[in-house]
Amino acid sequence: MPQEFVPIVLFLLVAIGFAGVTLLPSRLLQTNKYNKVKLDPYECGIQPATDARDRYSIRYYLVAMLFVIFDVETVFMFPWAVILEELGWFGLIEMMVFLFILVVGFVYAWKKGALEWA
Amino acid sequence: MMVDQVVIPALKILIVLNAVLVGVTFMVLLERKVIAWTQARLGPMRVGPYGVLQPIADVVKLMTKEDITPVKADRWVFSVAPLIALIPALIVFAVIPFGPEVSLFGRQVALYITDLNVGLLYVVSVASIGVYGIILAGWASNSKFPLLASLRASAQLISYEVAVTMTLVSMIVSAGTLSMVGIVNAQESQQVWYLFVQPLAFFIFFVGGLAETNRAPFDMPEAEQELTGGFHTEYSGMRFALFFLAEYANMIVVSAVATTLFLGGWLRPFPNVAALSFLDLVPAWCWFLAKTFVFLYIFLWVRATLPRYRYDQLMRLGWKVLIPLAIANVVVSGLVKVLL
Repeated sequence: MPQEFVPIVLFLLVAIGFAGVTLLPSRLLQTNKYNKVKLDPYECGIQPATDARDRYSIRYYLVAMLFVIFDVETVFMFPWAVILEELGWFGLIEMMVFLFILVVGFVYAWKKGALEWA
Repeated sequence: MMVDQVVIPALKILIVLNAVLVGVTFMVLLERKVIAWTQARLGPMRVGPYGVLQPIADVVKLMTKEDITPVKADRWVFSVAPLIALIPALIVFAVIPFGPEVSLFGRQVALYITDLNVGLLYVVSVASIGVYGIILAGWASNSKFPLLASLRASAQLISYEVAVTMTLVSMIVSAGTLSMVGIVNAQESQQVWYLFVQPLAFFIFFVGGLAETNRAPFDMPEAEQELTGGFHTEYSGMRFALFFLAEYANMIVVSAVATTLFLGGWLRPFPNVAALSFLDLVPAWCWFLAKTFVFLYIFLWVRATLPRYRYDQLMRLGWKVLIPLAIANVVVSGLVKVLL
């Protein structure tokens, strides 16, 4: 493992440790008086009628799909951006072709109404 | 060898972690005070002079509240979700450059925990792990409001994530490096803050930052009037506090990254004007903290000023305005870089 990553692993351990250290004392300090109503899901004071995991709008799923596509494409552009100065025109035109294909997909999604929210 | 690799990083980590946690607790107080002042109120005044001890009282209160796990909740995921939200928000600070190398007790010490050559990619990828904490919290609660809020929050976060990541590409084109320290050094050698090179990128990054931290005017995920408390409605006590910590730590992360990318990190104002070189007497890390504080203040200022967006307006702004602008910005930045 490259040396620069050692502090990150350390930080991860410290952060996990911190989360544990804050949760444990509060376990000891708090008073626990449970009853059935307190442990019910919150629903503005009335008895929960149905299960919460009901059907919900398909648009959330669409947004997630679009996100996966666009974010992966963006990550491809990171190394390109770093060495653009050395690549010059060749690199720029290559990336413009790539971006053009991306934009065609974007326009398609837009015209299909995948970006509408109403 | 051991000292350089483990002991010094560990000390830095403890200092940064403490600074972040103290910063977060007092950020809550500052937020209440700033909003109170904009509304001609006094804000917290009871605990300590002018309420300065309020954060300590808050911590004690949160520690002694009972942890409630609803009967219908998925116990395991319900307990782990706050940790998944908090830990990424903390470990992002590993690559934030607070200052250059300084000599301290006869030793060269860098004022950053580590300098990755993929620093910016690390920030983007680690910071977006936090969204799992939110969606798992909403799902595991098995309650209607948290589930709806977590869906909203995650859709909002990933929408703006695209625009922000795309914008960062144009920043990398300008700087020619992914290293956070390298980006500040690039601004030093080019003698300009990137705010003036890439004003559009700054705008997109800042709007995206507001949306990704669920801050007003994009705080639909915790719109009290329609969703009671947002994705952490079912959480109480210390677990709720962890979500709170994560949200405010994320605000500090966004401010610190914006400072690094656009305001020249630890550089003094006007690095190109030699007549102002007396400003270098102020330690570099003070400049960094001051600039970060300005951003944090703007976060609060925006919250106190602007009303909340509607959800369809939010999605339209993200997908139909910011993403096309970000793509155009990448094209223009690339052209400028190759032409000049």
